[in-house]
Amino acid sequence: MVFIGVRAAPMVALTGFSIGVTLAMQAAHSLQSLGAEMYVPDLVMVTILRELGPVLIAVIVIGRSGSAVAAELGTMKVSEEIEALEVMAINPIQYLVVPRFLAMLIMLPALTIMGNYFGVFGGWAVCRFALDFNTAGYVLRALQSADTWDLYSGMIKSVVFAWIVITIACNAGLRVEGGAEGVGQATTASVVQALLAMLVTNAVLTGIFFFGA
Amino acid sequence: MNSNGETVIEVTDLVRKFGDRLVINDISFTINRGETMVIMGGSGCGKSTLLRHIIGSMHPTSGSVKIFGEEITNISERQMAHIRRRFGMLFQSGALLASLTVGENVALPLSQHTRKSPEEIDEIVKQKLQMVGLSGFEDLKPAEISGGMKKRVGLARALVLGPELLFSDEPTSGLDPIMTAVVDQLTLKLTHGEHMTAVVVTHDMTSAFRIATRMIMLGHGSIIAHGTPDEIRNSPNPEVQQFIHGQADGPIPLNLSQEEHEHHPYGRPRPFLARFRFHHKTA
Repeated sequence: MVFIGVRAAPMVALTGFSIGVTLAMQAAHSLQSLGAEMYVPDLVMVTILRELGPVLIAVIVIGRSGSAVAAELGTMKVSEEIEALEVMAINPIQYLVVPRFLAMLIMLPALTIMGNYFGVFGGWAVCRFALDFNTAGYVLRALQSADTWDLYSGMIKSVVFAWIVITIACNAGLRVEGGAEGVGQATTASVVQALLAMLVTNAVLTGIFFFGA
Repeated sequence: MNSNGETVIEVTDLVRKFGDRLVINDISFTINRGETMVIMGGSGCGKSTLLRHIIGSMHPTSGSVKIFGEEITNISERQMAHIRRRFGMLFQSGALLASLTVGENVALPLSQHTRKSPEEIDEIVKQKLQMVGLSGFEDLKPAEISGGMKKRVGLARALVLGPELLFSDEPTSGLDPIMTAVVDQLTLKLTHGEHMTAVVVTHDMTSAFRIATRMIMLGHGSIIAHGTPDEIRNSPNPEVQQFIHGQADGPIPLNLSQEEHEHHPYGRPRPFLARFRFHHKTA
């Protein structure tokens, strides 16, 4: 819980802030040519809540915690620790997988909320200091543009991503065979598979949430 | 002999194949309560595989394994867990959980399977660690102690629930001669005094003859000799003599061929391309 969640917080904050800043600058540039700079907060808010927040925070967590879980369980597998648990009549799924599963399911959405805040904060920084917004104007505009469904859809995505990431990581870790080389391969495989699965799922979910009706 | 005749382990016609390779070829034996059965044999002869079948972590191609009179080859996980609480297993590497301290490792079976209070558990852990000569090591991580110490912690963990049956995979390899004697004495004390049954896989001959009440020697997946330590010592079989005297020349071949090793579960062959990686162009 501490590893997956708390220690990832600074990275998540930095990521969120950078996305917010980048997004606002790009938006300002494009919208300026249309004379529609006032819509920058809308764009930042909706994009971060719906898409970039959940996806990029999931990317961070896959790279950081998904790989760590796969490597940890894989190392336990090759050093006979999993077999030792089984022989001691301790179910490795209950003892090792369930706590990691719960930690991920709680922590990824929590980190996503935090990342969202920092993203919106980054957008504010650009609007406040580089464009002609005051703080109240930005906040008002941002809150007006987003409705609760934008936040909820992002949260649903984030829960689904958490489930995908931890399932793939644990599965890869517990299937390791053949020493340190196997652990390396499983770790890489878990990151690649989790990323692809997450991105494809994201496309599908976006389709269902915003394109269906 | 102090066995009272009750059969603890009964292996009948056990066969295991990996692909086409017979790793265990029709092995049968029984072990009675209070006995110390030593299983010996050269590396790769199938003794660890045999042990894994007896503890139920591998399933045989055919044949039966009974522990405490219960058939375990087609048993459910839940029933198997019930049987496993009655035995302890010492792994070759110790197999301690790296994320827990030594004390927590030894305490693990207690905290998972009993309702003892933390104070009681602490007390038992201290006592078991003292038994293997490691008092005061409770708070170290497995990475901070030597290989031999890990093995002794593994032994303490295997004994912490007071098992009726102890399996040891190479309990004395990596231990110095004095610690080997201590571990052997401990095994003898437990089997004589508390009627524990021990199954020990080893190729340390000194230790084997010190603790065994019966011995099995494996070769090519089958039993090539079976008897009391005296019978084994006086066996006319040249393979047995070569093995117990540790001679380089004799009937046991030096190398396993790659083909023989190809289907071994723990030694996967190198990937096809890797064989060519370091070949330079010759023309």
